[in-house]
Amino acid sequence: MTERSLSEIPGGASNDAADPVSARVRAVAESRIAEPGPLLEVLHDIQSEFGYLPEVTVPVVAQVLNLSRAEVHGVVSFYSDFRSSPPADIGVEICRGEACQAVGAEALVAHAAKSLGIGVGDQTGDGSVGLEQIFCFGNCALGPTASVAGRVHGRVTPERLDALVNEAQAGSKGT
Amino acid sequence: MTTTIYIPRDSSARAVGADEVAVALTAEAARRGDDVTIVRNGSRGMLWLEPFVEVDVEGTRVGYGPVQADDVAGLLDAGLLTGADHALRHGAVSEIAWLARQDRLTYARMGVIDPLDLDDYQAHGGLAGLRNAIALTPQGVVDAVAASGLRGRGGAGFPAGRKWQTVLDAPGDTKYICCNADEGDSGTYADRMLMEGDPFTLLEGMTIAGLAVGATQGFIYLRSEYPDARDILREAIEIARGFGWLGADVLGSGRTFDIDVRMGAGAYICGEETSMLDSLEGKRGMVRAKPPLPALEGLFGKPTVVNNVLTLGSVPFVLAEGADAYASRGLDRSLGTQVFQLAGNIKQGGVVELGFGVTLRELVEDFGGGTASGRPIRAIQVGGPLGSYLTADQLDLPLEYETFAAAGAMVGHGGIVVHDDTADMARLARFAMEFCSEESCGKCTPCRVGSTRGVEVIDKITAGDDRQGNLTLLLDLCDVMTDGSLCAMGGLTPMPVRSAISKFPEDFGLTAQEVTS
Ligand SMILES: Cc1cc2nc3c(=O)[nH]c(=O)nc-3n(C[C@H](O)[C@H](O)[C@H](O)COP(=O)(O)O)c2cc1C
Ligand code: SF4
Ligand code: FES
Repeated sequence: MTERSLSEIPGGASNDAADPVSARVRAVAESRIAEPGPLLEVLHDIQSEFGYLPEVTVPVVAQVLNLSRAEVHGVVSFYSDFRSSPPADIGVEICRGEACQAVGAEALVAHAAKSLGIGVGDQTGDGSVGLEQIFCFGNCALGPTASVAGRVHGRVTPERLDALVNEAQAGSKGT
Repeated sequence: MTTTIYIPRDSSARAVGADEVAVALTAEAARRGDDVTIVRNGSRGMLWLEPFVEVDVEGTRVGYGPVQADDVAGLLDAGLLTGADHALRHGAVSEIAWLARQDRLTYARMGVIDPLDLDDYQAHGGLAGLRNAIALTPQGVVDAVAASGLRGRGGAGFPAGRKWQTVLDAPGDTKYICCNADEGDSGTYADRMLMEGDPFTLLEGMTIAGLAVGATQGFIYLRSEYPDARDILREAIEIARGFGWLGADVLGSGRTFDIDVRMGAGAYICGEETSMLDSLEGKRGMVRAKPPLPALEGLFGKPTVVNNVLTLGSVPFVLAEGADAYASRGLDRSLGTQVFQLAGNIKQGGVVELGFGVTLRELVEDFGGGTASGRPIRAIQVGGPLGSYLTADQLDLPLEYETFAAAGAMVGHGGIVVHDDTADMARLARFAMEFCSEESCGKCTPCRVGSTRGVEVIDKITAGDDRQGNLTLLLDLCDVMTDGSLCAMGGLTPMPVRSAISKFPEDFGLTAQEVTS
């Protein structure tokens, strides 16, 4: 098991046999190696598999795609979609674009923060709900817009948001 | 005999319950033994009526909306399948004034066809433009686009024909067509609707562009906030490949063209074309200095056409119906139609395609019906987050590139966001700066640092801390951002800020005299 501890050193992962995460990340990166400029696609693939980018992502992807770690890290940190820790069970994303602001988005964000007891960008202590801001879902005629557990909803009032979060929580406990 | 019922799969329709309506209708019809076929069409663009359900009654489509799942049983009781009367009924869809008064060229098939049915697409004029293009020389295609007067719909309004000519004339065997589907501007959603509701039109426009300039590969750079569009586009591409349209021998022409969808990752700046190209190459989306023009050194350093979804989506009409038909619409140097998007605090929000020259009043009052809240209009932002705020006094401005520019505003991507009299313009100005600091690529100091300082200075003004001194500072910051930014992100953020200050000084605790002195 000494092999395994190696993979736990940030950037030190190299033994795939002992680390299934590292092996998967490598396989995903290798599957796109022939494509031109595949880094973003590779990161999307990894994130959709794990829900976030595991720590081994930067060194392993850098090695497979023949990039420096700094380059890969630079890309990961540039884009707001990429996350380095697991997402909450239920993501609540509220649009703060101007069109949604015109119909009460700021009040909706304030309400969500208050009722969940967390700020934008945070998760509840148990990791069950996370609150994020988004700039436009393309639903600008039917705002305020919020996505709860991956589904976009229009004309979201504070009461409706609470109901959607409750439903999602009931659903995730049920399974 | 089966009755065909249309329920949009558009993501705005889904956001207000279209899927639930489809489920309820399927179940309720089965329970009653009614034979129905449900088609998930694109949206007609009357978004305030979504979910908008249409029933084909002996060839006439009768519309009902907004329908909720709870309404389904009652609608069937009333005789939905025969187009019978009901409180939600709007009559024959083609006769609804809101639609009938439009001039739909780019959006001709929107909501009409099944987005992924290639036969349906061709039965409604699809692929006629591409077939005509195949019969022309590349120069002939570029000439047609140039003669149509089509200008870029992504914001800057650059003539599409001139851009294509540069790429056609550029030496090299490898060239690319990149469709900018980043649609980051709040208040705009027409790209999304076209991609979800009539994706073949975009693919056809890109294929025509490829044949015109000699490119064999196209990319659609799509923002990650649009997963439905991604899935539909990928399916449409597979269908087009299977049909012998995309691939090694485009409709038997002997020419090659294929398209891939690449996803963005939540960065507004990646809508700027050079940043988009870096992102497509798998890098940080840093803005590149121009020259070189992307037309000459674009994706992977090769000559590249970068066009917006609606620009490319207008090309099939131009090639099918002729440049003159397109150029017969519009005003002055803004030819053709624009797909305007009514958003924000608006009663009848949705998509209005009309020739350039229509006034803001016609769009916001006649089509939009004023504010959703019923309160007076206070401010209108046209052209996205970098557009100026206009007042109700400016409603008679015609939407036309040069007229808007002369008024210190921009048509941009055609998004029109309405705010009622409860809007706090100081807060919106602060938001413009906050958005810029959040989304800046970081390459130039005026944009990166200026916007952060801008937020602080606006906070001081609204808190009453040396208002006059801080106003001077804010206006100086705006000057520095305008003059010293590499791209329009930093360069145009002062537009909403300055217009908010000059038109709504009271929101900043200032008097009109203070802001003009
Ligand atoms: C900050 C910024 C964001 C932009 N976002 C978009 C966008 O989301 N979609 C788009 O088509 N063009 C966008 N543009 C304009 C593009 O840079 C470019 O002009 C356009 O894609 C060219 O295509 P067109 O000539 O067909 O409009 C943006 C520009 C800037 C400066
Ligand atoms: S103006 Fe802002 S977004 Fe544009 S290049 Fe400069 S730093 Fe980047
Ligand atoms: S501004 Fe909220 S969905 Fe577009």
